[in-house]
Amino acid sequence: MPTEQQTLDEILNLASTHFKVSRDRLKPDEDFFKTLGIDSLQALDLLTRLENHFHVELPDYELQGVTDFRTLAERIQARL
Amino acid sequence: MPGSNRGFSAWGSLEGVKAERMDDFRGEAISWQLSAGVIELTLHRGPCNEIGSLSLSELEKFADELEDLSSKAHALIIHSTIKAGFCAGADLRELYHRSQEMKKADAIAGVRDFLERIHRVLNTIDAAPLTTIAAVHGVTFGGGFELALVCDLIIADKMARFCFPELRLGLIPGFGGIPRLKRDLGNGVVRDLLLTGRSFNATRAQAAGLVSQVVGEGEALRAARATAVQLGKFDRQTTVAAKRFIKPIPYEELKQEIDLFCHLFAEPAVEAGLRKFVESTDLQPYLP
Repeated sequence: MPTEQQTLDEILNLASTHFKVSRDRLKPDEDFFKTLGIDSLQALDLLTRLENHFHVELPDYELQGVTDFRTLAERIQARL
Repeated sequence: MPGSNRGFSAWGSLEGVKAERMDDFRGEAISWQLSAGVIELTLHRGPCNEIGSLSLSELEKFADELEDLSSKAHALIIHSTIKAGFCAGADLRELYHRSQEMKKADAIAGVRDFLERIHRVLNTIDAAPLTTIAAVHGVTFGGGFELALVCDLIIADKMARFCFPELRLGLIPGFGGIPRLKRDLGNGVVRDLLLTGRSFNATRAQAAGLVSQVVGEGEALRAARATAVQLGKFDRQTTVAAKRFIKPIPYEELKQEIDLFCHLFAEPAVEAGLRKFVESTDLQPYLP
């Protein structure tokens, strides 16, 4: 099983690739809605990509209010 | 005019427009085309094919044509060309604003009229004497999910998501979702979708038995067309007989659903829920 840091790195790499934002610009504790410039539908797209990548289910309500990559990584890690 | 539903009737019935039969149609919200025995019904109204008065009128037109189209086709594919997804469901903004323009009793009567009209359309597609395929991607929520559920097969792009978020508005799905989910799935899965309001991705939906094929991103229509070619190899009458045998339409429960929806719609919580949705600046308004 990957460590939480590895999970976080994979999330940042995936977000960087898909939303075409330099990996260097993505910080674990920053608001990814702002950093990636995404709206709710794109956030849903990100959720689906993360579920497909990590082969986990992330109920929407567990992500309500989650806006930073580190917390996202914690939620995913808990389901690996 | 108390009790009248003229406000909602004015949402765009195409009564009287019926003319010659049409194998091809290009509307503002939907289009269809018949080619090589396959009807392709395309949803193409932004932001995400929300079903309001315009879409309903054009869908009614399609339903009116379907009997004639079915005599020349063995398959129907429903898909969307909108990037965000297949269909985000009922047009809640239109529902809210129209409801605000009329008395409560008129609004409820109008909602019932709208539901009865969309049920007629969906029942027609459900019972159509050909094999129907929903080729879905992205957002397949609420009424969009219900549109997919009338089809015999659902082919999903791996980025598709399915959800019934109605409970957050104080409502239940109103376009036949619960009876048709019950027809296809175990009651436990139906309760999970309905009572939590959470969304399923395509893989989860396939594991639940809802989706027949999960394909790569952007591949749902191609896969649906390939499936339609396969369907054309079988004897038409046998296919229709098999479909009627294994896919009964739950008419009584569908009527009960309309009654329950209208009962709930009269509650103050719904107006508050709709207002919150319409005025929401939340970054994640789709979340229950």
